[in-house]
Amino acid sequence: MSAAFSRPRAGGGGFGQLLRAEWIKFKSVRGWVAAMAAAALVAVLLGVLSASGDHASCSSGPVEVACPPPVVGPGGEAVDDKFYFVHRPLAGDGGITVRLTSMTGQIRKPDVTPGQRNVVAGVVPWAKAGVMIKESVEQGSAYAAVMMTGEHGVRMQHNFTHDVAGRPGGVSRESPRWLRLTRSGDILTGYESADGTTWTQIGTATLAGLPQTVQIGMFATSPGDLTVTRGDVGGSVAAVRFTEATGEFDQVDLQGDASGAWRDDDIGVTVAPDGSEHHPGRAGQSGGVFSVTGVGDIAPTIEGPTPERPLSSALTGLILVIVVAVMFITAEYRHGLIRTTLLAGPRRGRTLAAKALVLGVVTFAVALPATAITFTVGGRILRDNGNAVLPVSLLTQVRVVVGMAALFALAGVLALALGALLRRSVAAVVTAIALIVVPHVIATTSVLPDSAAQWLLRLTPAAGFAVRQSIPQYAHVLGHYAPIAGFYPLSPWAGLAVPAGYIALILGLAVLRLRRRDA
Amino acid sequence: MREHLHAEWTKLRTLAGVGWLLLAMVVLTVAVSVAASAVVSCAPQGCGHDPAKISLFGVQVSQAVVAVLAVLVITDEYGTGMIRLTLTAMPHRTGVLAAKAIIVAGLTLITGSVAVLASALAARGVLLGNGFAAGTLNLISGPMVRAAVGSVLYLALIAMFSLGIATAVRDSATAIGVVLGLLYLFPALILMIADDGWQRLLWRLSPMNAGLAVQATTDLAGLPLSPWAGLSVLAAWATAALLGGGLLLRMRDA
Repeated sequence: MSAAFSRPRAGGGGFGQLLRAEWIKFKSVRGWVAAMAAAALVAVLLGVLSASGDHASCSSGPVEVACPPPVVGPGGEAVDDKFYFVHRPLAGDGGITVRLTSMTGQIRKPDVTPGQRNVVAGVVPWAKAGVMIKESVEQGSAYAAVMMTGEHGVRMQHNFTHDVAGRPGGVSRESPRWLRLTRSGDILTGYESADGTTWTQIGTATLAGLPQTVQIGMFATSPGDLTVTRGDVGGSVAAVRFTEATGEFDQVDLQGDASGAWRDDDIGVTVAPDGSEHHPGRAGQSGGVFSVTGVGDIAPTIEGPTPERPLSSALTGLILVIVVAVMFITAEYRHGLIRTTLLAGPRRGRTLAAKALVLGVVTFAVALPATAITFTVGGRILRDNGNAVLPVSLLTQVRVVVGMAALFALAGVLALALGALLRRSVAAVVTAIALIVVPHVIATTSVLPDSAAQWLLRLTPAAGFAVRQSIPQYAHVLGHYAPIAGFYPLSPWAGLAVPAGYIALILGLAVLRLRRRDA
Repeated sequence: MREHLHAEWTKLRTLAGVGWLLLAMVVLTVAVSVAASAVVSCAPQGCGHDPAKISLFGVQVSQAVVAVLAVLVITDEYGTGMIRLTLTAMPHRTGVLAAKAIIVAGLTLITGSVAVLASALAARGVLLGNGFAAGTLNLISGPMVRAAVGSVLYLALIAMFSLGIATAVRDSATAIGVVLGLLYLFPALILMIADDGWQRLLWRLSPMNAGLAVQATTDLAGLPLSPWAGLSVLAAWATAALLGGGLLLRMRDA
C-alpha cells in the first residue's frame, strides 16, 4: 500500500498500468467472463453438433458405400481429372502438332416436359479439346495441355490450377486452329498458329520430376452445365447437367520417340454398379482425321464439403462477444465509473486504446482455442461421417483458424468502439449486430440475388468472414461463386481489413468525442 | 387500466429518441426494400423471385428497430431505477406490462402500416421497371394483401416478443442481444445443418423464417408451413415471452 503511494507518477502511470487496470475491470465481472467462455463453448458445441449431423455416403447400386477420397493433383488440391485421351508413350524429348478443325458438342438443358431429355447442340464455355502431355494415365498426375475452349479461345493449362490465355475466338473448318506442345526435359512449351507456319508461343510449364516416358496425344472433355436454383428453406441448389464435347483433329504430327500404337483411354469414367460406363467418351479415326469426344473436366474441384464448414457456428459466439464488448464500456457510463477511470488515466485516447487492446486480446485468446477445436474436431467428425472433405494445405488451415479468431477479436473491438461512441448499450449492440452479423446472414441465406449479396460482403464489416474461405475461386473454372455457396467477394486478408478499417474510423470518432465531451 | 395506459403513453412519449426510432423504422423498411428490388430482374418467361418477398424485404432489417423500441420501453426503466416508482404507483404489475404491450403494439401497428404500405408502393414501381409482370404485383390481390397485412402483424409480434424477453432479462444490452440472436441466427443455423428433416424442423421453429412465411406468394407448396401457420409460430414465441416476462415481473423484486 505504502509502496504504491510512495511513487506517484505524473499522468496516471504508463500504458502498462492502464492495461492492467482494464484487465482487472474485465475479469472482476463474473458475468462477462462467463459470457466469453459461453461464446467459445457455444461456437464449439454448435460446430461439432452440425458436423455430426452431416452424413454422406455414395450409392453403389443397392448398397451405400463410403465415398471415395477426392482425386488430388500435384499441388495437393482436390481435382477433377476426367477426359477422353487418345495417346501414345513418348520417350524423352519430343512434341505433338495438330490442326483442330471443329469443336462441337451437346448440352442437356433442364427438362421442358418432365421425363423427356432436353438435349441441345452446343459447347459449354469451358469445354476443352486439344493436345496434352501427361505423366501417366493415373488421375491427378502432372500434365500440361494446349487446348481450344468453348468460349475462352485457346489456352495453355498445366497441373489443374495454372491457366494462360492464348488467342481468343472460335474454330471452324474455314479458320482452323493449329496447336503444338513440346517437351524438353522438365519444360513443356505450348504454341498456336492460324496457318501452321507462323507459330506464337503461349507459355511454358515446368513439371518437375516428369518421368522419362510420358503419354502424349489428343483429348476432349466438357464440364457439366451449371444451373442454380433457390432452395425451399433458404440457400441454393446447384445442379450440373450432362454435356459432351467433340474435337476433330487432322494433320497430326508427332516429334521424338513416340513409336507405339495409339491407345484410347476414358480417364476417370464413371462406372455404374453393373459395370457399364456412365456417359462414356469415344474416339474414331479415318484417313488421318481423329475425332475425340469427352465428358468431364480437368480442373481443381470447387464443389464439395469444405473443411471450414463447422466454423459457421461462429456467428452465435459473435453475438455474445458483441454484447460483452459493448457492456465493457457502457457499464462504465451507467455506473459512473468512467469518471474515476478518466481521473486515473486523464489521457483519454490512451485509456480507450488500453480498453480496446485488453478486450481484443482477451477475445482472441478465448476464440483461438474455440476455432481450433471446432475446425479440427468438426473436420474429423465430417470425415468420419463419410464426407469427402476437400483437402487444403496446412498453411490455409492455420489461416482459417487464426483468421476466424482474429475476426472475433475485431468484432469485439468494433462493438466496444461503437459503445464508446454511442454510450448507450442498446444502440451499440444493435449497430454492431447490424454491421457484422446481419449482413452475413442476409447475404448467405436470403432471397437477395448474388450480386447484392457480394456488395454486402464487400462494404460491411461482415467482409471479414472471407478469411474462412479455404477453396479459392478459379477464373478458369465455371462455378457458382456466390456467398451462398461459401465464396466471398474479397480475398481473405482484404476481407479482414474491412472490419479493421471500420474500427479505425469508429475508434477515432469515439476518441474525439471522449476528448471533447464531459463524461 | 386507463390510468395504466395513460401513464405508459406519457412515459413512452417522453422517452428520448422514440420519434427517431419510428422514423428509422419507416425509412429502413422502404430504403432496403427499394434497394433489394433494384438489384433483381425478371426475364419475360418468369424468374424464381417472389415479388412480394422482395418488395417487403426491408422488414427483415427494420424488425431490429422495432425490437430496440420494445426493449427500451422496459429496460430504460430498469436502467434509471424508474421501475421502482412505476411499480409503487401501480402495484398491479401484470397491468403495467399489459399497458406497455398495448401501447407498443399500437405504435408498431400504426408505424408498421405506414412503412409496409410505402415500401410496397415504392418497390412496385422499381420491380415493374425490372421486368416483373404487373399481375404478380397487384396491391389489391389476395396474396399480396396477405403479405402486406401479415408483415405489419409480424412487426407487432416482434415487438411483443422483444418486450417479453426484455422484461425477463431486464438489461438492455443482453435483451437486444438475445432477441436479435434468436431472430437472425436461426436462418444461419438452418443452413449449417445438412439433414433435410432437421432443416425443416428448425425452419418451423425459427421465429423469423416461419414468421416471414406470411410474405410468401410463390411456391407455397415448397414451404414447410403455410403462411398463416408460420406467423402463428412467431405468435407462440411472443406469447411465451410475454407470459414468461410477466411471471418473472410478478415473482421478482424490481
